[in-house]
Amino acid sequence: MLKIVVCIKQVPMVSELPWNPKTGTLKRELAEGMMNPACAHALEAALQIKNRQKAGITAISMGPPMAEEVLYEAVAMGADRGVLLTDPALAGADTFATSYTLARTIEKLCPGFDLVLCGSYTSDSETAQVGPQIAEELDIPAAAYVEQFEVKGRKVRMQRVSDNFLEIMEMKLPGLVTIMPRSYAPRYPSIGGLDEAFGRPRIKVLKAADIGLDLNQIGRNGSPTRIINVYSPTAAKKNVILKGTAKKVVDEIFERYGEKISRAMGKDLKKL
Amino acid sequence: MSQTNRSIWVFADYRNYFQNRVTLQLLAKANDLAPALKAEVCAVVFGYEVDEYVAEYIAHGAHRVLVVEDASLKQYSVEKYTILMQNLAGEYRPEIILIGATSFGREFAPRVAKRLGTGLTADCIGLEITEDGNLLQIAPSFGGNLIAEIITPQHRPQMATVRPGTFQEIPHDNSLRGDVVRLPIPPKLPKDRLQLVAYERQPAREQRLEEASVVVCGGRGMGSKAKFKKVFELAQLLSGEVGATRPIVYAGWVNEDALIGQAGKNIKPQILFSFGISGAIQHTAALAGADFIIAVNKNPNATMMKMADVAVVADAGQVCAALIKGLKERIQTKADYAD
Repeated sequence: MLKIVVCIKQVPMVSELPWNPKTGTLKRELAEGMMNPACAHALEAALQIKNRQKAGITAISMGPPMAEEVLYEAVAMGADRGVLLTDPALAGADTFATSYTLARTIEKLCPGFDLVLCGSYTSDSETAQVGPQIAEELDIPAAAYVEQFEVKGRKVRMQRVSDNFLEIMEMKLPGLVTIMPRSYAPRYPSIGGLDEAFGRPRIKVLKAADIGLDLNQIGRNGSPTRIINVYSPTAAKKNVILKGTAKKVVDEIFERYGEKISRAMGKDLKKL
Repeated sequence: MSQTNRSIWVFADYRNYFQNRVTLQLLAKANDLAPALKAEVCAVVFGYEVDEYVAEYIAHGAHRVLVVEDASLKQYSVEKYTILMQNLAGEYRPEIILIGATSFGREFAPRVAKRLGTGLTADCIGLEITEDGNLLQIAPSFGGNLIAEIITPQHRPQMATVRPGTFQEIPHDNSLRGDVVRLPIPPKLPKDRLQLVAYERQPAREQRLEEASVVVCGGRGMGSKAKFKKVFELAQLLSGEVGATRPIVYAGWVNEDALIGQAGKNIKPQILFSFGISGAIQHTAALAGADFIIAVNKNPNATMMKMADVAVVADAGQVCAALIKGLKERIQTKADYAD
């Protein structure tokens, strides 16, 4: 049986996020959550493997207690079980600490795993760093930004577009793949699946101590980066107001910002 | 290079045009940062037959170029390059490593950061040196709704990725001089576990709205479906992408995949042109990654106008048409270069 782990993050659905200026972290507990879209595609990819061969799917998430919701959703979609790692000590983790935490959780809960799937990036932070860093922690081969892949025996064959190159890649299992939110449109949880998820709960909720995590390597303590200031990009703007005929304002735009426009569009512009 | 010299490293990403450009742009930014740290700027090149790039980097401000050249490095390999970078950074201890946020760079950088036990900030839009000598990494955060200023106070090197086009390169200058340090490839570099089976250069792929460096966005203020076609024409001239608000999508003036905002896309262009958009939060929340906004609206008090860098108080359709005309007059053609 193929042992598959899917890492899932709950991300805020709303765009305005409550920010705690004192601790420099996000009050995630106040934002309504959903399954990160790329993670949902990763889960769908796992489910499609399970349609074709014997496989067990464990969905793992790290987050506040409310992140349990996305694990119920995962089980309702067809995952065999969910593991939520939630602990105040995990708060404020950057990708370095997060990847340590998830890697140790995968090792502890899924010893002998074959395939780890992650979304390529999350809609809230978009760093795309956690997947490759989990692979480093687990010391397994990995490919990021994969659009389609196939498991054949002990090999994975993957296709991706990387900087205008279409690449076909292969690696042996165990390995990690990060999935682009493109080719594996996630299914809806079925009514039966929902009954299953809520009727016979298969969600484990664990704390840092349950995994035996090193407290110096998790949460804010384990994070090399520090957010020292946060501001709204709109507040920083110096607003220039242009008025007049269309021709006049357009000439002024080219005169003042022509170079900026030229750089962004990648073509030279003449000065008239 | 003596190992006590402070240095700022730029990873040489040269595989195609944009990667080459981002490397030059990062060399320019590294030159901005270097005086405050009394550091030198160093390009780090892995590959085979790379002399052409080495010369280019020196002409664009690299004081030193570290080169590991070997036939086995001809293809980009995230595994081999990670090991090489880990070894070199361990030996030379750079203060800062800057990496272009290309697909390759964004896969390579987090691995290097993990190996070096240090932090990494993705997609920085600004880099500065703080008074106490830390690299201030300015990056959009939380879905682009906020800008975060990040430091890596206790770990070195400090690492950041930067999207192509964020900084401006120093013009090519053949009189610039730099040292080239050729380093041997380690004798026992492990075989790649991730094998590249086949690859093919793609014709420039349809540019995705989320990645576009120019976006032209239209709202109800454009007036009609017919007038909205100007938005497409302008976007094409600017080599950009078209975006729209929800009412426009509902009205069928554009396809749903152009929707910017809630249930649609977040964008992060270098320049956003916004025509006839009032600026409901469902739309504006997706624009925080935009570096520079030029908004056109008859109503100077519209939210979109308040959050714009340049607010043009005028009819959106007329200004859009005038911009098209202005661009057609200004875009350099081959004939212009021949002069």
